[in-house]
Amino acid sequence: MSTDAPEDVAQPREKPPIEAVPVRHPGRWVGAAIVALFGAMLVHSLLTNPNWGWSLIGEWIFSPPIVRGVGVTILLTVLSMIIGLVLGIVLAIMRLSPNPVLNGTSWLFIWAFRGTPVYVQLFLWANIIALYTTISLGVPFGPEFFTLDTKTLIPAFVAALLGLGLNEAAYMSEIVRAGILSVDEGQEEAATALGMSRMQTLRHIVLPQAMRVIVPPTGNETISMLKTTSLVIAIPLTTELFFQASAIGNRLFQPFPMAILASIWYLALTSVLMVGQYYIERHYAKGAMRELPPTPIQKWRRKLHLGGAA
Amino acid sequence: MSEKPVKVLAENVHKAYGRNEVLRGIDMEIRTGEVACIIGPSGGGKSTFLRCINHLEKIDSGRLSVDGELIGYKQRSGKLYEMHDKEVAEQRRSIGMVFQRFNLFPHMTAAENVMCGPVVVRRDNKKIARERAIELLGKVGLGDRGDSYPMQLSGGQQQRVAIARALAMDPDLMLFDEPTSALDPELVGEVLDVMRRLAESGMTMIVVTHEIGFARQVGDLLAFIDKGVVAEIGEPREILANPQSKRFQDFLGKVL
Ligand SMILES: Nc1ncnc2c1ncn2[C@@H]1O[C@H](COP(=O)(O)OP(=O)(O)OP(=O)(O)O)[C@@H](O)[C@H]1O
Ligand SMILES: [Mg+2]
Repeated sequence: MSTDAPEDVAQPREKPPIEAVPVRHPGRWVGAAIVALFGAMLVHSLLTNPNWGWSLIGEWIFSPPIVRGVGVTILLTVLSMIIGLVLGIVLAIMRLSPNPVLNGTSWLFIWAFRGTPVYVQLFLWANIIALYTTISLGVPFGPEFFTLDTKTLIPAFVAALLGLGLNEAAYMSEIVRAGILSVDEGQEEAATALGMSRMQTLRHIVLPQAMRVIVPPTGNETISMLKTTSLVIAIPLTTELFFQASAIGNRLFQPFPMAILASIWYLALTSVLMVGQYYIERHYAKGAMRELPPTPIQKWRRKLHLGGAA
Repeated sequence: MSEKPVKVLAENVHKAYGRNEVLRGIDMEIRTGEVACIIGPSGGGKSTFLRCINHLEKIDSGRLSVDGELIGYKQRSGKLYEMHDKEVAEQRRSIGMVFQRFNLFPHMTAAENVMCGPVVVRRDNKKIARERAIELLGKVGLGDRGDSYPMQLSGGQQQRVAIARALAMDPDLMLFDEPTSALDPELVGEVLDVMRRLAESGMTMIVVTHEIGFARQVGDLLAFIDKGVVAEIGEPREILANPQSKRFQDFLGKVL
């Protein structure tokens, strides 16, 4: 209690560290030892058992038919996901529309395409494309605006895109719808009060915020799509990765190593997708977090800097 | 006072949600440049009335007009026609609204929030809109926070951004729905200051609030809305000094 009152009494006090013996975890050490033992056995078997055919895998992994197959698989994945996402957004908006015709159409689409196996859909598309040798766009029973000979398209690839893309759209629309519904109603209200139309509100206010909810499951969908492309054998589209790998395996009477080879490629591709997903999620977290968490690269940089300074 | 033109005119406005009659015949007349404050118990229909004024809600019966133009309807040869969504959106442009929970767009910075209306709705040039946004933020005392996201701002700052956002559309009528109710007591003053200055600049304002002090100092009109009707209305100092009904007396006893 000094006579001259201090300017600010809210001064922090000293901060002595807590000194305590940390808890020991013997169970963790035993568990880790057991896991390490099994791991070592697995690695030993992988390296020494000739049935895995590592040399064969090494020989074929970058061979032209396989690399081309990887290219087709990537192209199928990307294009199907684009179709799925764009059509999915359209279907979700239709589903939330007050117009019963739009709403009902969307419901019917989702019902049909989610309710049947994608393998069966691929098979059906292949047959439908074979049935219709020309595609025309016009008024039903009226004039046609343009016609397209399906033989000029690459039928198998188009069938694969239709099968994968439309099926995906049914799933994506539900993901997008959940995303739209997750956005606070006050957002739409504020945008409407500014004089925005329903579409402007969706595009500038609601969808960008819905993305935060939409992106993680879309990442899963993309990874899942990458693997689902192996089903286009139902058409059959033969240039894709797994078909090529199996064909080579059958020819060499070594199907097993070739399946491993395909798995290695799928794992490599999904790993790349996971990295991409991380950065996209981070991008859409803007505004939802006070500060974005550091990327792994930033974390490493910081560690190095601290290490250098200390 | 009475020579000023009528800005907002409500005549026997009714609104029900299902069987819940929320507005049961509201009458109110607000002249250009006036500040009308609305008080009343929770659930009395204050927010609903504000939302009817910019047609966020459709009224069931009665007439509601701004600048002599019916809200949401067109009158041609004695017949009423419902307005197209586009025309309603156009009417809303000149009516700004500020919400209790701010409703800032969290994925945009403060400046982007403010310029968003002009750029999207009026298709203003982005660069000019941004300059204007910074200027408006300056007016609400946030000239240096243009690049902050709403999450990085205090409640009082967020509400001031929300006011700037509404002002960016150059409205000539501003609606405030309990703009300070979600704020810590020490932040209420900064928002009320901005509103007071806005009132002094001649803006017509309708303010739902529990800040009786603000109503007394700034308000030209004070309405007590209870159970969906305007129970008492008049010059704020006058009606606060002699509340007529028991309900109003009880209500004032609770908020003062
Ligand atoms: N969208 C809606 N659907 C159904 N009922 C509603 C809706 N909005 C409001 N209500 C009801 O209308 C009544 C009046 O609500 P309103 O929000 O206008 O009251 P208020 O006077 O603003 O109250 P408060 O002071 O709590 O904000 C309440 O009983 C409320 O439950
Ligand atoms: Mg309210």
